Formats: sequence, structure tokens, C-alpha cells
Amino acid sequence: MARINLDHIRHAYGPNPKKPSDYSLKEVHHEWNDGGAYALLGPSGCGKTTLLNIISGLLQPSEGKILFDGKDVTNLSTQERNIAQVFQFPVIYDTMTVYDNLAFPLRNRRVPETEVDRRVTEILEMIGLSDRAKKKAQGLTADQKQKISLGRGLVRSDVSAILFDEPLTVIDPHMKWVLRSQLKRLHKQFGFTMVYVTHDQTEALTFADKVVVMYDGEIVQIGTPAELFEKPKHTFVGYFIGSPGMNVLPAKIDGSSVDLDGQKVNLSFAPKFAAGAKMELGIRPEFVRLGREGMPVVISKVEDIGRQKIVRATFANKPIAIVVHEDGEIPAEPKITFDPNAINIYADSWRVGGEA
Amino acid sequence: MEKTWNNKAWFMVLPVLVLVAFSAVIPLMTVVNYSVQDTFGNNQFFWAGTDWFIQVLQSDRFWDALTRNLIFSGIILAIEIPLGILIALNMPKTGLGVPFCLVFMSLPLLIPWNVVGTIWQVFGRVDIGLLGYTLDAIGIPYNYVNNVFDAWVTLIVMDIWHWTSLVVLLCYAGLVSIPDAYYQAAKIDGASRWAVFRYIQLPKMKRVLLIAFLLRFMDSFMIYTEPFVVTGGGPGNATTFLSIDLVKTAIGQFDLGPAAALSLIYFLIILLLSWIFYTVMTNSDAQS
Ligand SMILES: Nc1ncnc2c1ncn2[C@@H]1O[C@H](COP(=O)(O)OP(=O)(O)OP(=O)(O)O)[C@@H](O)[C@H]1O
Ligand SMILES: [Mg+2]
Repeated sequence: MARINLDHIRHAYGPNPKKPSDYSLKEVHHEWNDGGAYALLGPSGCGKTTLLNIISGLLQPSEGKILFDGKDVTNLSTQERNIAQVFQFPVIYDTMTVYDNLAFPLRNRRVPETEVDRRVTEILEMIGLSDRAKKKAQGLTADQKQKISLGRGLVRSDVSAILFDEPLTVIDPHMKWVLRSQLKRLHKQFGFTMVYVTHDQTEALTFADKVVVMYDGEIVQIGTPAELFEKPKHTFVGYFIGSPGMNVLPAKIDGSSVDLDGQKVNLSFAPKFAAGAKMELGIRPEFVRLGREGMPVVISKVEDIGRQKIVRATFANKPIAIVVHEDGEIPAEPKITFDPNAINIYADSWRVGGEA
Repeated sequence: MEKTWNNKAWFMVLPVLVLVAFSAVIPLMTVVNYSVQDTFGNNQFFWAGTDWFIQVLQSDRFWDALTRNLIFSGIILAIEIPLGILIALNMPKTGLGVPFCLVFMSLPLLIPWNVVGTIWQVFGRVDIGLLGYTLDAIGIPYNYVNNVFDAWVTLIVMDIWHWTSLVVLLCYAGLVSIPDAYYQAAKIDGASRWAVFRYIQLPKMKRVLLIAFLLRFMDSFMIYTEPFVVTGGGPGNATTFLSIDLVKTAIGQFDLGPAAALSLIYFLIILLLSWIFYTVMTNSDAQS
């Protein structure tokens, strides 16, 4: 149980990194609260596993420091940091039984055998493998192996933090749901700091207090699910979170008025930005109103996804998605307006504030 | 798609069958033929039945040679397998050291048996050999020609020098196939060096070790060239292994019947022992 500080961490796998693109992890500076549940979300290759390995000490960062509860642990070994980590690819010890696999991290730390038995039995129950406890781990199926891998991460109750690297990828949806709620329960009960890597945004959004979005070796935004939804700091977050993602339209900005290829939109604020920056307007499909008033669009397709309809259209020569309630009507001469509070302005892909 | 059934495939395997017939089956049957007949020359043969087999199995000479073989194989396996594992564990997994180590390790394997024998024969000589002369000079009595212990030590050291590399290379192949994630997980789980070896490396090396074990067993059990070159089976009969005994019987004394019987028995022993090792080792694998 620890507060984790990442102090200007950078990492490059190759020697002598020079340009920013040599770094697999570019400048991560962040504090993870003690007992927080964080979901780490991002596309493949953005550096999620690298970041976890740096926290757990499997990897030494090229630059920067790591602090646990204010104490510098950068040069401490994985064992001394006392971290549990569940790997992306399940690792099991073939020659051991399922029971011994789970007991392994405890026995290595000389935990008394009665305590080992108590913990292992509990975890076996949780992952639903009690009936196989005495079987060799060798012949198990992929999802059973992943469960053992997960179980080994959870079996120690005194860890500083548990890092999960996509621990549930091959588990079927129902079991996934069960395990996820078990994890939540364990987290509440023991209060360990938890970092959970996933590709699956619903998993991230339902699971964590804070979602960390990574993109191309950087943390682009950390926030509550609502913040990520309403005020994406980077166009990537807007596009990555939400389904369909945020509409991002090239814009010309003059004071508080926005020109979208001929269509004018007025803002409630005048964005501040450096001259020459690439300006864009972002609006979530949920906040585009379709009706008889406003700016004209040409509808190309309507997708019915149950309680909502997704309207695909062309607006100002750009594709745009609009979410309409299932019995919302689609007029013959469709026009759209934007909810003024839901408009975000981006300069060079980063959100600019309206305070100025 | 409908499967077509005809006998064309037999033509495809025919060349192999012919090859195997000439290289293995026919020579083997010739040996079988000799082993059950007697001859006094002139190409006249008499049926001898199992006489030769009984004669071989009842001779002390056979049992003594067999015992020597078993002791020799036992000793070199007990040394080469652990030593090979140890060296493989300490070889670099990445970097410039890898090709260097691999080439270095392969060198002894490239040297023919009789050359190895000759090298050591000269190396160990007390009058001109570097090893023999040096040992003698620093006061350690060493003479493989008339001391039984020295002869054995020479043969064993020579075999280790020649063949440990094979075990090393096989083990190394097993080791490099272990994904990094296993070592990472072991670190997270707080595993000791020994636990990493016992639960990760050894299980992954098991298959190649089985192969290494069988190869080294069969090969050492058939040892011929090196003792022939270095000690000639001596001093006395101290290093007369089955193969040397066989050649003495067949070519030295031209007793074709007993020699044929001996080679069949020899062949069956190797087959039997290899089969036993294989079954025991694979069974311990399957037990769960
Ligand atoms: N051992 C390594 N050596 C060199 N480069 C590496 C190594 N591991 C990862 N990388 C590179 O670092 C970058 C980040 O990789 P990382 O594994 O952290 O991504 P990830 O976000 O975990 O991706 P995924 O979702 O596919 O698991 C990638 O470009 C990858 O190619
Ligand atoms: Mg990864």
C-alpha cells in the first residue's frame, strides 16, 4: 500500500537516445494515490507495459526517479519494492500443481504454511479452480492459465501495489465480469494501489476511479471517466474514448467565432492559442443536435444500435457522427446545431481553455 | 475432397526401403546368420543354434567388459550432464559473446574420434607429452600405459573434453527458448536462483536433456576409437570395452560366430537400456 510518484521518467530501449522518437516512454511525471484504482488505457505499442515494468522494477528507467511513499526506490530490486504484477501473457510453472503455483510467491517469502493455505484456498475459490488444486498446471486451458496468473498476483495481501497488464483477455465475458467485481471487492477490502492496463474502454471506465490515457509514449490525460468524456485534453482521447469517438473538425478561429469551412459557430469564450497552430473543433456525437434549424448536413447512413441511432453524415465537407435517440426523427432537410457547452477547441491537438 | 486410394505411394518410399535394406537390414541379417552357424573355412557352414550366445554369456570376458562399459558410461554421464547444464546456464544469451561462445563450444565436436585419441595419446605421454611430462615434473606420478587408474582418468577426461559441448549446446538451445516473461514473473514472485532453475529452466530443458542423455549414453556405450588409440585396451584388459573385445574376437582371433553373437547381444543391450531410459524419463514427465 503505497503512494507512487513517477518523477520525470523517460525510457528508451536502445542505447544513447537522442530524438524524442528514440524514447518508448516520453516524460511521465505523475503521482498515483495510495489505494487508488487506475486504469491505463491506450493503443498497442504506446508504452503501457513499459511503464508497468518500470514501476515494478523489472526495467530501469533511462531517466527519472520512482518514489514509493516519498522514498526513492529507483535502484531497488523488484523483490524489495514488494509489488505484484500480472503479465499480459500468462506465466505458469508447468511442473507445479495449481495449488503450488498460487502458493509460490508466499512460500518464497517464507509465509507460514497455515497462512499460505488460507490465502491459496481463498484465491482458488475466487478464480473458480478449487476442484483442480491438486492437478499439475501443465494441461490447463488458456483461460485457466490466465486465471492462475491472475491468482498469483492477488495471493499476497501485503503488497505496495498490484499491476495488472490486460489480465483478462482470453476469459469469457461472463467470467470476466465475475472476476472484475471480485477484483473490485478485494481492492476495497485491502486498499492496495492498483494499476490496470486494458484495451477495453468499458472495462477501464467501469473499473477505475481514474483513467490514464496513454498515446505514443506519453500520458495524455488522467481523469475521471466523466472528465475524459466531457473535456478530452487531446484529440486522441476524444477519438479513443467513446463510441463513436469525438468529431474533430478543422477550424479557423477569430476571437470567439469559429469558421468550419464556411459554417460559423459562436463560442462562449475566446480561445487563446499560439499563432500558426493547427486549430480544430471537437464535439461529441452525443452533443450534436439534429433538427430543422442550424447548419446543413448530408446524411449518408443511419445505424440503429438499439436505444440509439448513429447518424453518419457529411458536414462542411467532413464526415461527422451524430447520436440520436431511438425515436428521434430525422428530418428531410437535416440541419445540426452544437451544444455550446460541449464544444472543445484544440490547438495542435491539445485542448485550449476558454478562461482568457 | 474425395481421397484417392492407390498404391502409388509405395513407389515413393521404395528408394528409402532399398537404402535401409542395404545399409541396415542386410548387414544385420548377415550377422544374425553368422551368430547361429559354425564354420571351419571353405565356406562350409554348420548349424550351431544358440551355442555361441551361450558361450558368450557364460564367459567372464563378456561380463567384465560389460561392467567396464557400464561404469564408464555412468561416470561420464554423471559428469557431462551436470557440467553441461552448468556451462549452458552461464553462457551469454545476447550480445557479441553469443557467436563466440557457440563457435568455441562447437570446436571439440568437429574433431574426429581418432584425432582426439591421438591428441590425448601424445598429450599424456610422460616422455614428450605436455600433460604427462608436466605432471611427472611436479611430482605427480602419472602413466596411462601401466597404471589402470591413470588410463581410466585419461579416457574419462578425454571424453568430457570431447563431448560436454554437445550437452552444453543442447541445453543452451532449451534455455534460449524460455520467454523473458518467465524470468520476470519469477522476480515478481520472489523466486530464488535455485527456484528459477528448478521450476523454470530445468522443466524447459527436460526434453533436450533427454536427448543429450540418450545420445551420450549410446555413444559412450559404444566407445571404441579413443581407448583403441590411447590405451589399446590396456593396461592388461583394464580398458577393454565391449567394442574392443568384439574387434579382438572378430578380427584378432577370427571367431566369427562368437563375435556375431556378441555384437547382437551388444546391440540388444544398447537398445534395451535406451528404451528403459526413454520410458522412465518420459513417464516421469507424464505423471500428474
Ligand atoms: N524489449 C524491448 N526492446 C525494444 N523495444 C521494445 C521492447 N519492449 C517494447 N519495446 C517497444 O516499446 C514500445 C512500447 O511497448 P510496450 O510493450 O510498452 O507497449 P504496450 O502499450 O504494452 O503495447 P500492447 O498493448 O501491445 O501490449 C513499442 O514501440 C515496442 O516496440
Ligand atoms: Mg503490453
